[in-house]
Amino acid sequence: MEREIQAPVTREEARQLKAGDYVYITGTIYTARDAAHKRMQETLDRGEELPFSIKGNVIYYMGPSPARENRPIGSAGPTTASRMDRYTPALLDLGLGAMIGKGKRSQAVIDAIVRNEAVYFAAIGGAGALLSKCIVSSEVIAYEDLGTEAIRRLEVENLPVVVVIDSQGNNLYETAVLQYRK
Amino acid sequence: MRTITTQEITENIKEMCIEANHTLSPDMKAVFQAAVQKEESPLGKKILNQLEENLTIAGQDMIPICQDTGMAVVFLSVGQDVHIEGGSLKDAVNQGVREGYTAGYLRKSVVSDPIERVNTKDNTPAIIHYEITDGDRIHITVAPKGFGSENMSRVFMLKPADGIEGVKEAILTAVKDAGPNACPPMVVGVGIGGTFEKCALMAKHALTRNLEQPSPIPYVRQMEQEMLKKINDLGIGPGGLGGTVTALAVNIETYATHIAGLPVAVNICCHVNRHVHRVI
Repeated sequence: MEREIQAPVTREEARQLKAGDYVYITGTIYTARDAAHKRMQETLDRGEELPFSIKGNVIYYMGPSPARENRPIGSAGPTTASRMDRYTPALLDLGLGAMIGKGKRSQAVIDAIVRNEAVYFAAIGGAGALLSKCIVSSEVIAYEDLGTEAIRRLEVENLPVVVVIDSQGNNLYETAVLQYRK
Repeated sequence: MRTITTQEITENIKEMCIEANHTLSPDMKAVFQAAVQKEESPLGKKILNQLEENLTIAGQDMIPICQDTGMAVVFLSVGQDVHIEGGSLKDAVNQGVREGYTAGYLRKSVVSDPIERVNTKDNTPAIIHYEITDGDRIHITVAPKGFGSENMSRVFMLKPADGIEGVKEAILTAVKDAGPNACPPMVVGVGIGGTFEKCALMAKHALTRNLEQPSPIPYVRQMEQEMLKKINDLGIGPGGLGGTVTALAVNIETYATHIAGLPVAVNICCHVNRHVHRVI
């Protein structure tokens, strides 16, 4: 089913989304990948505040290529989500609403998605040029020294993603493959 | 003896880094178009069409095909009658990578140390594989390699008794484990034989071979075709979201090995299998 949603996402909206839905996201999302997650974890360990409010927000696992003149961003596709698995349950328990990445998640992440009624989306891996066209603006808001791995606030318009793991724990990576296995 | 300047090498490497990250080679485009026709899943077909559109946008607007513009893998076959003038060959290659990744707005994804992890900010050093060959030319291949798929690559030290069936199983295991993480449809490079490091290098090199050109060795050619079918029968599909096109090609290279061993390396590449060749 095709849907359009606004980011940030509420629990109620996340609950409506089902594995296999094709979703266009419009609104504000944040980028973070390996090094930013490590720093966020260290921040939490010290009992300090994260650089952005996590509640209901969407993290896009993405580190862009540099922007050319007059463009908001360079190539901007998803990176492999499993590298963030170690840090993700804690963020979900703090209210992270959704994640956009590609590839499998650990059982601990899936459990935390269900527990918090969140959602994991896949964007098309290797379509960074196409996806960059859905990004209207980009601003580094934390960890600027990390370069491509800094946390960016993005305004996106109709960013195409697919629901892979929904709030009930259905996993499209498991089910869709069976349909076409010969 | 023919003289080639380091400046010429640097200039070529620079251009090749930029070209490889914005345009795929004609053989990659051809297998891609064939894949769109073969895909049975509607969502899979939609994704393949979007990937084709992505390629068009990348070329027209000069936006890298993928944000992971890779670590620059450079194969150099240097003719033994070439004299290189103007400094070190290694420095010339790294200078080309530095200039290409800067001028081409490519992502700098290299850290100087695997544990300390400080970004070098110019995507150097490159991974350079040197070979001395006959003649008075330098054959250069630049193959930027992304790590989504690199991370899913494997080396298997099989026993001779495992034979060809063991090799096939190893390839399928690597592809199954890679699944959606490696950005399918993938290109699968395989090295069989040699030693631990030789098979890995062959697997990497196999990815740079023309995908429409099967192996000249009959049993290898047959295995390439058989494995492509078996991989596509896994159902992983484009983006790992189910479908009949999981791989675009399987390229296999082989080499002599030891009486006690059967090394197999599987180097997985995503659908952005970048490689540019030049002879100078």
